[in-house]
Amino acid sequence: MEVLKIATAGSVDDGKSTLIGRILYDTRSLTDDKLEAIERTSKQKGFDYLDFSLATDGLVAEREQGITIDVAHIYFSTAKKSYIIADTPGHVEYTRNMVTGASTSQAAIILVDARNGVIEQTYRHFFINNLLKVKDIIVAVNKMDLVDFAQDNFDAIKAEITALAKRAGSTQNITFIPVSALQGDNVVNRSENTPWYTGTTLLEHFEKLEAQDVYEESVARLPVQTVVRPKTDEFHDFRGYAGKLYGGNLAVGDEVTVLPSKTASKVKDIYFFDKKYKVAERGTSINVTLENDINISRGDIIVKSSELPKETKALNAKICWMDSTNLVVGKKYLLQQGANVIAAKVASIDAVIATDFSGEAAATELKINEIGKVSFKLAKTLFYDTYEVNKTTGSFILIDPQTNNTSGAGFIQ
Amino acid sequence: MNDLRVNTLESEAIYILREVAAQFEKPVLLFSGGKDSITLVRLAQKAFWPAKIPFPFLHVDTGHNFPETIEFRDRLAKELGIELIVRNVQDNIDSGKVVEETGKYASRNMLQTETLLDAIEEFGFDAAIGGARRDEEKARAKERIFSVRSDFGEWDEKNQRPELFDLLNGKIELGQNVRCFPISNWTELDVWSYIEREEIEIPSIYFAHKRNVFLRDGMIWSAEDDVVFRAEDEEVKEMMVRFRTVGDMSCTAAVLSDAVSIGKVVQEIRDSSISERGARIDDKRSEAAMEKRKQQGYF
Repeated sequence: MEVLKIATAGSVDDGKSTLIGRILYDTRSLTDDKLEAIERTSKQKGFDYLDFSLATDGLVAEREQGITIDVAHIYFSTAKKSYIIADTPGHVEYTRNMVTGASTSQAAIILVDARNGVIEQTYRHFFINNLLKVKDIIVAVNKMDLVDFAQDNFDAIKAEITALAKRAGSTQNITFIPVSALQGDNVVNRSENTPWYTGTTLLEHFEKLEAQDVYEESVARLPVQTVVRPKTDEFHDFRGYAGKLYGGNLAVGDEVTVLPSKTASKVKDIYFFDKKYKVAERGTSINVTLENDINISRGDIIVKSSELPKETKALNAKICWMDSTNLVVGKKYLLQQGANVIAAKVASIDAVIATDFSGEAAATELKINEIGKVSFKLAKTLFYDTYEVNKTTGSFILIDPQTNNTSGAGFIQ
Repeated sequence: MNDLRVNTLESEAIYILREVAAQFEKPVLLFSGGKDSITLVRLAQKAFWPAKIPFPFLHVDTGHNFPETIEFRDRLAKELGIELIVRNVQDNIDSGKVVEETGKYASRNMLQTETLLDAIEEFGFDAAIGGARRDEEKARAKERIFSVRSDFGEWDEKNQRPELFDLLNGKIELGQNVRCFPISNWTELDVWSYIEREEIEIPSIYFAHKRNVFLRDGMIWSAEDDVVFRAEDEEVKEMMVRFRTVGDMSCTAAVLSDAVSIGKVVQEIRDSSISERGARIDDKRSEAAMEKRKQQGYF
């Protein structure tokens, strides 16, 4: 069974949590006790309908304000697939949480209120999913019941987002579905209220998507997390390099290069637990031994000698800023890419990029929830790929050494 | 269940365990003898083989644990040659540091927090690995894989560090510690399927057995020990039951079951219409029961 990770994005009151609750309800994924709790609380609050957002808004502050503050992970399965939904907040001040949710997802639902049409936040959500190269985008035009299921409202939104995607040079698959999360139209079950719509329901669409891992790209990258040295009698000379393989595959006998030392070797054995394998596929946490004894430590990357990454000590990247303390020129951060941590100094802020696709502007700092182009001076050489080639070696986080916070996320272009 | 799903979750958990071992100086694995922590132990074996698991186990014993679980816990640690640290809630009760609850629903579940925080401080652990899963409860669904706690064990739920891709930031200040959850993305069914596939031994109370029980609030409580308060008019009868979780006996109810083998347990979970924590009275105290306990340092 495949696992499909889906991120949701929408503005306040677009009905995101209600939509997820509806999916859970209509796929019978809510257990009796959870359903009873929702019925009880809905009744207590005086609603004459079931408030499905109660199923996902897990924090007290969220239920009080009726909004989603943080990413919630929701799990459900059908006979075909199992799903993880990252329910992310719609508020502009929680953009960082939205980026977080989208970073591990293969698909994204962007909710648009049929009454309001495309608004500034829709642009932002689309922009982020475009920046993170989320493969499939589903635009769910919600609250169709409140516009009498009028095709005109749906078509206008579809036309506007299609034009936007074209302008943004998006290569993503974009699908438009008219829904009412509250009443369940076209969520799991087909609606009789939208005879003009011949496409699939939301769930039918999910079932058709390919649940490929986000790290599907072709080049093999093995960031070494830890060196396994048992020093027991049986495994006296064993020296294994443990890590998760991102992209492609790695086989016994492959000629490899260890970075940053650029030492060449060959793959001797590939272990997963106590079993040996001839080939390891991407996404597996393996333990590799090499033909010759070389000095390898955490943070090194093992790659095939025929697929060397790029290297630099002056890095340019798109940054999504996530800290309330602004990013400024001259400030030092720790750049973490895979298991590798390098000191990085902000050399220049080259532009702040408007998330409504209106273009770039000069800036002297990056504020929280802003996205910009930033140049860094690095203390050591960074080996990298572009984000499009490999999401692991093409992305990083910035850690503020004074607070230890994850202050920003970087995407190498 | 297809292997692709289990393999993905397994590799993810191994990756997380290796990050914990590499990023922290003194990690500890919270081991209760329950199915989730038993699964964690198997994953840790796989992550570091052929080397030994590079951290000790810690069990916060409420004194109300099922004897079968305790026996199992001791045996597994011994077999693996891993140091097992046990700290008892009873000690804090005896010293007057915490006060035991009284009445019909009295439980020591809440009191575990204090003992856990004491143990973290006593040994200077900077990371505690736990078997919590996001599907268990909606406040848990919000928690990060690396969850930073203050030196009071507090969870700042509105201000969590973003976690992007596989990147885990375990950098902390002195006194802070991190709760690490390698099986965050597993569901109850995933855990059971994994136990079945790997042929992992688990305590006998997870399988259907005859037990003296009594009914209260539509739930089945063990009457075989003095732990669960039972009123005189609450009648004891023998039923075929099993436990879905093995927390503190005082807040863990049994379910009617005839699942005597792992295969039957997996089938039962698949068909179940009640969530796992539905049999945990500690979550039913209020809509926000779990979140409140977490803010105070609960797992």
